[in-house]
Amino acid sequence: MLRGARIGAPLFPAAAALGASFGVLARTAHFDALAAVIMSATTFAGSAQVAAVSVLGAGGGVAAAVVAALLLNARYVPIGITVAQSFRGHVLKRLAESQLVVDESWALSGGGTARFDRRVLLGVGSLLWVAWVGGTAVGALAGQAIGDPSKFGLDGAFAALFVALLAAQLTDRRRAAAAVGGAAIAAVLIPFTPAGIPIIAATAAVALGWRRS
Amino acid sequence: MIAVGAGTVLLKAVGPVAVSGRRLPPRIGELLEMVAPAILAALVVTETFASGRSLVVDARLAGVAAGIVAVALRAPLWLVVVAGALATALVRLLS
Repeated sequence: MLRGARIGAPLFPAAAALGASFGVLARTAHFDALAAVIMSATTFAGSAQVAAVSVLGAGGGVAAAVVAALLLNARYVPIGITVAQSFRGHVLKRLAESQLVVDESWALSGGGTARFDRRVLLGVGSLLWVAWVGGTAVGALAGQAIGDPSKFGLDGAFAALFVALLAAQLTDRRRAAAAVGGAAIAAVLIPFTPAGIPIIAATAAVALGWRRS
Repeated sequence: MIAVGAGTVLLKAVGPVAVSGRRLPPRIGELLEMVAPAILAALVVTETFASGRSLVVDARLAGVAAGIVAVALRAPLWLVVVAGALATALVRLLS
């Protein structure tokens, strides 16, 4: 786990900044600070939390907010299945450990490949959880003083981060084909489907690489 | 928000709780190897171009370009993230 924490350390500032950004957003959507922190601690899924709070802040209904958030998190079903074999032991232990799965912890621990290391996932996940919850608290309590960190290019930072995580995955032609297919599926679906659907639909691109094997 | 939290817990738990420990056939293993590149590529596209339900080109593309350059130069991960943030913020500032 310590090795995982070390591997995840470069992402700590960005995750904390994103957490702060969520904290600020939650306050502007009239959440109280404690509710925002509790949500970050228990839900631990950045984009889904941002989506849910944005929908509510914009006057959307509770049902719409829940659906938007859960669609964004639907990708954790295929993601969870790729690492499922490495999770052993009591069902409650597996349930607890599975909550540390986020895009970054999954990608940095080699999720889905033979070199996947569950302890690295737990290490990266734990560290990012601390960053995320701590960042949320800072943003929710001191947001007015520091301003919204998202205007400093945080969104572009995460786009660049996913480029790096993707590059590490492009180890052979089949996986490159799956990446190209996944990107194409997402790009085509974005205008027509709610956020989250393009990402989970992109998993269909595995068929592209599969037939080549 | 309780529904979002509980739903997320369940979605994350499906794999590790329901599938854990079972041996999957090798062909399925090969398929699972390609889930990461497919999903990460989709995340790059959505994080770069998606704005609600529209595809837009904005300052984030500069961040991605800086990220690609940094990755090509084998920069460490923190530098990729910083380069992405700086390039995005700079273009946003100038436009």
